[in-house]
Amino acid sequence: MKPARIGADLRVVVRSYTRNPVALFFSLIFPIILIGLFGLIFSTIGSTSTTLIVLNEDHDSPYSQEFLSALDNTTLVSVQPVNVTPSDFGTWLGQNGYSAGMIIPDGFEANATNNSTTNLTLFVNPEDATAEGEVVSAVQGVAASFNLEAKCGHATDCAPVIALAPLHNVGRPIYTYIDYLIPGLIGFSILTSPMFSLVEISSSYRKQGIFRQLSLTPLTRGEWLTARVVWYILLTFVAALIVIGTGVYAFGAHVTLTLGMVPFLVVGPFFFVSLGMLCGTVSKTPEAAALIGNIVTFPMMFLSGTFFQVSSFPPDLAAVAHAMPLYYVIDGMNQVMLFQNPGRALSDLLIVLAASIVVFALAVRLFQWREER
Amino acid sequence: MAAAIEVQGLVKRYAEVVAVAGVDFDVPAGTVFAFLGPNGAGKTTTVEILEGLRRRTEGSVAVLGLDPWTEGEKLHRRIGVIPQEFGFFDKITPKEAVEYYRTLFGSAVDPAELLARVELLDKADARFDTLSGGQKQKLGLALSLTNDPEVCFLDEPTTGLDPHARRAIWSVIRSLRGDGRTVFLTTHYLDEAQQLADRVAIIHGGRIIASGTPGEIIRANGRPARLRVAAPPELAGFLRKELGIEARFEDGHVEVDLGDKRDALRVLSAIERSGITWDSFTTQDDTLEDVFVRMVGRMDDGALKSEVPP
Ligand SMILES: Nc1ncnc2c1ncn2[C@@H]1O[C@H](COP(=O)(O)OP(=O)(O)O)[C@@H](O)[C@H]1O
Ligand SMILES: [Mg+2]
Repeated sequence: MKPARIGADLRVVVRSYTRNPVALFFSLIFPIILIGLFGLIFSTIGSTSTTLIVLNEDHDSPYSQEFLSALDNTTLVSVQPVNVTPSDFGTWLGQNGYSAGMIIPDGFEANATNNSTTNLTLFVNPEDATAEGEVVSAVQGVAASFNLEAKCGHATDCAPVIALAPLHNVGRPIYTYIDYLIPGLIGFSILTSPMFSLVEISSSYRKQGIFRQLSLTPLTRGEWLTARVVWYILLTFVAALIVIGTGVYAFGAHVTLTLGMVPFLVVGPFFFVSLGMLCGTVSKTPEAAALIGNIVTFPMMFLSGTFFQVSSFPPDLAAVAHAMPLYYVIDGMNQVMLFQNPGRALSDLLIVLAASIVVFALAVRLFQWREER
Repeated sequence: MAAAIEVQGLVKRYAEVVAVAGVDFDVPAGTVFAFLGPNGAGKTTTVEILEGLRRRTEGSVAVLGLDPWTEGEKLHRRIGVIPQEFGFFDKITPKEAVEYYRTLFGSAVDPAELLARVELLDKADARFDTLSGGQKQKLGLALSLTNDPEVCFLDEPTTGLDPHARRAIWSVIRSLRGDGRTVFLTTHYLDEAQQLADRVAIIHGGRIIASGTPGEIIRANGRPARLRVAAPPELAGFLRKELGIEARFEDGHVEVDLGDKRDALRVLSAIERSGITWDSFTTQDDTLEDVFVRMVGRMDDGALKSEVPP
């Protein structure tokens, strides 16, 4: 490997690329269009009803059940009881991506019977004002009607049986669809830019005799592939900045910009440049190459957590997703950009790295400048 | 002079086709050698074996003393190649292409000088996909020279080009010989072989059917010189009777083979004696083209398979 030759080849790649508006469009503009499109579609769908996670410490008493079903009937919130006993409910909500929660304390039913007040604790996400408004008004409304009913059988001046404690915040900013979309779309661009282009050039360069031409120079196949890897890493960094910028400024996404992203922005393109080359190499004609490339690319494009969270998939589909290398790239980026979970990010990274080394070695081995004919 | 290229018993078989069926030749260093043959004769197969791009089935091949297939890396630093159809990156300009090759080979060539040499300096900054066929071929020529090669391989360098571009490429090929380089050229144009080559081998059906200098090939394979007279057919009969020689009538001309220059005078005086009106006369020698067409035609008829020693 000689850096001067890689540098010379890289200049050719950059020039070929920047002089080709179609390639630039798909690598840099297309992700912006996608984030805009999906951001708009899903931000409206997402705001129909807010999930209210309920920790019922009153042991599912009939009175508390009655209260919860009344709450659910408002359709403003959808009540989802949980059976956990986290030390800090607010943090737990945040970590699991929920934007609203409520604790019904022990003695809720007993207090109501005794005509004494119970304070319900609500957890809301101050950044999600719509959800906050819906949750507070639903709880207040239902509590008022329960209070009214309680007073009917008793003295008119007695205290309400249900009151709201001061609001608590959920532990961390919760993640909305747009937040997940950012690592997903960076992954999308890590997948598509090198795949489509390398599948195409690996067969068309062969047809045009460019590889044969290069085989007559001291440039090696490893150097050639390395120059492409370097270029797609650079392109990925630019695409990532564009996607993050659009997400944050246009849709108020909150992601953490950390150095932990960098390994994924490097290893991801490394993997897909090698895979694209491999697909182009094993096929005899440009048409076959395009077909194989699409068969490999399209399922990964939708099933790896690009546009839809894999955690929301049915189990069978999730199993398919887990077989896709792109899943680990995107999951790893989710772990560092959203969940601050470096341990899982590292295991994701190692999986992608191992797969990359195998595919790169295979691509360099199978890809021949000259055909053994 | 030492041979730059030595080939013995070269055979190349594809699945069913025998593309090269046992050829032998040497190219002395510093000379221009032309491989002349119709389409499908086995020219590209042979030249790509010499360049190390294809693997031979049998035989021995040495270029600059190296085996092209196993010692390609060493060889490629010392040879220049223009493939039959030169393809390159669409969006790259000739100047950038030469700079690219210069870095790859670690050579010190001046791009402007090199492009001027192949008459492409005016297109130095035009993208490859906007160049004409001749201009692309000139870029191929320029790139093949970036490493100052000892041997240049050109596979049909002027096929499909206009006469002006052909002449430009011919003049570069002549200058390569002037530099002392060895040139191996394939072509199906006879005039190209005749104009440029020190020695020619005619290849047909994977075999060399004649080789030597153009003059040697014509002498060994050509017909005798002929006298052609624009005259009616009666003249042919008259000459046959009068001189006892073979005289043919063909599209308005009477044609007589001349064993010797002095025969021409005998025939002309006989014509004068005949009293038959005639118009004009020419004498004709076989060109390489006549030889080529006849030999290739003869091979196709499945007749005589002569191999003429150089
Ligand atoms: N890669 C190949 N596979 C099979 N047959 C081939 C291949 N390349 C050339 N041939 C055949 O070998 C013969 C010689 O071809 P080629 O060397 O290209 O001839 P030329 O360059 O003189 O036109 C032809 O019959 C051609 O069809
Ligand atoms: Mg050919």
